[in-house]
Amino acid sequence: MSAMAQYDSKLALRCENLHRYLGEGEGRVHVLRGVSFEARRGEVTAIVGPSGCGKSTLLYLLGLLDQPNDGSIWISDQLMSNSSDSDRTAARCEHIGFVFQFHFLMQEFSALDNVMMPMRKLGRLSEEQMAERARLLLADVGLGNKTHRLATQLSGGEQQRVAVARALANQPAIILADEPTGNLDVTNSGLVFDLLTKLAKENGQAVVLVTHNPDIATRCDVTKPMRDGLFV
Amino acid sequence: MATSTNLRIAFRFLTARKRSMLMSLAGIVFGIGFFIVTQAQTSGFEQFFIKTILGTNGAIRIEDKFQDTQFIMVAGGHDKDASKFQVAGDRSARKYIEGVEDPALLTEALYKFRNVSGVSTVLEGGVVADSSFKNDSAKVYGIILNDHLAVSDLGSQIVRDAGTLEDFRTTPQGLLVGKVLAERLQVKPGDSLILQAGVERRRYRVSALYETGVGDIDKVRIYMHLGEARSLLKKTSGASFLQVALFDRDRAPEDAAQMEEVLRHGAKSWQEREVSWLNAFKALQISAALTVSTIILISGLGMFNTLAMLVIEKTKEIAILRSMGYTRRDISRIFLWLGAIVLVVGTVGGWAFGAAVTYGVSKWPIKITGIFTASTFQVYWAWSHYIVATISATVVVMTAAVIPARRAARLEPGEIIRGTSQ
Repeated sequence: MSAMAQYDSKLALRCENLHRYLGEGEGRVHVLRGVSFEARRGEVTAIVGPSGCGKSTLLYLLGLLDQPNDGSIWISDQLMSNSSDSDRTAARCEHIGFVFQFHFLMQEFSALDNVMMPMRKLGRLSEEQMAERARLLLADVGLGNKTHRLATQLSGGEQQRVAVARALANQPAIILADEPTGNLDVTNSGLVFDLLTKLAKENGQAVVLVTHNPDIATRCDVTKPMRDGLFV
Repeated sequence: MATSTNLRIAFRFLTARKRSMLMSLAGIVFGIGFFIVTQAQTSGFEQFFIKTILGTNGAIRIEDKFQDTQFIMVAGGHDKDASKFQVAGDRSARKYIEGVEDPALLTEALYKFRNVSGVSTVLEGGVVADSSFKNDSAKVYGIILNDHLAVSDLGSQIVRDAGTLEDFRTTPQGLLVGKVLAERLQVKPGDSLILQAGVERRRYRVSALYETGVGDIDKVRIYMHLGEARSLLKKTSGASFLQVALFDRDRAPEDAAQMEEVLRHGAKSWQEREVSWLNAFKALQISAALTVSTIILISGLGMFNTLAMLVIEKTKEIAILRSMGYTRRDISRIFLWLGAIVLVVGTVGGWAFGAAVTYGVSKWPIKITGIFTASTFQVYWAWSHYIVATISATVVVMTAAVIPARRAARLEPGEIIRGTSQ
């Protein structure tokens, strides 16, 4: 019983029988056809598969950026799939960090400001504490000397590393990464993946990443191949 | 914390479309500024006109007694507010006995009104003024100088280097002649002037010239001492009218109505006497406000356009903010803050611009004669102009910001990120 409880407490994210349709009328496509999935703290899970198989759609559903047509999603044991927009937004702020293929940094802000942005919304730390944590995270991703540079003054690899630091800012239980290395060269890909997995494992976070890169996929703890809206 | 974060983001977004934001800002600055300037000018001329007419004809004029048959007594009324007298029928149907029969008694009664600050007895009559150059018809106004100075600006209307009020005070045969009339008759202080009323012809001495600025007054009116006027006009008692000054000029219509009821004489407030001019000024003021408001309106449309474009440009940033936990309300507020920042900067700039131009215009030389005489543009400084301009700009700009803000808040982050990634 105690082993079971310990096992359950490691579960950061769970979904059951997820269905999602995209498009309207004749163009309506059944993208997810009853997907069930679990992600545990300290584990890196890769979702792989051909383009259009529903990997990113699943990731956005798990990240509460989208709502399923059917099925359930639990974040830290809380059923979120049918919750209100404000509850899902609050859950994203507290429990989920995102890394996207195109870093999506706020161009008008410095690297430090970008990393502080989620912390400011959560509002748990003082301005000084937030700045201190943001500096630490940027130092962890190797950008300790570029904290005040605007996003536009950083290279692609550096911007993606800022995005990783930003995803970790609120110490979320779950990191969701959509092709985090898809836009980077081999060296930067390896660097960003290593950072993501190292920091996540150190902090006991569940990492779920969607990737086309077989090298990245094989280095993950769990690999889940997907085809036609289902895990195979 | 959330407010300051949203405000901080709004500040940064502001720089994303600098040029169009500056154009919208300039529109608001000019709109507010010109609104203030036009209101200051139209109000300035209106106030100057009011000051002129109050300074010449007083706040209330009491003239012509009602015939007693036109009143009925309200007998045994229990209602405290009921008037002691009621006017029978409408005002135009009243019958009057010309003039004021007992000015002393009426003056005493008038001073019982708390708002009355001065009363002047005036005896008016038509004369022919005969100078050595030519003759012209005129109107003499018999006054008691000190009383009249208390109800008019006659003291300050004496033309510089054209005689003194003191000379008039000490000279029983002294006259104060309107500047325009004096020019027509070609008389100056110290000259003699013959006034003829009926068969009575008398010689007087011009003590000083005055200028009210009102052409119709300056070309006909001659002030003389009341005793001399009685003698010339052969009216040993009574008066043509009483000119009344008030502490609070805005209460003149209410006071006049009450005076009519109590004194049983016709009483006309300055607002009633000058209703046509006052309405013309009001229409001009509204027309100027509407015209200038179009600048604010157009800058509001520009603002709407800029913000709508910004929402399209910033969809990616909106999506990432939403993914970080920023609520729809936060997104909406960021865009409302954008509108508010432009509004605040535009308002402060507009105030400064409006005040500077108003000051500049007030020094602008201009020659106006007719209903009043002015040598510069007249302006009236009033907070209300600044407040109304700000309210107009607030309504326009914030309305322009609300629609893009709501649109930004409605964006679905998943759809945007999916669209960007593909």
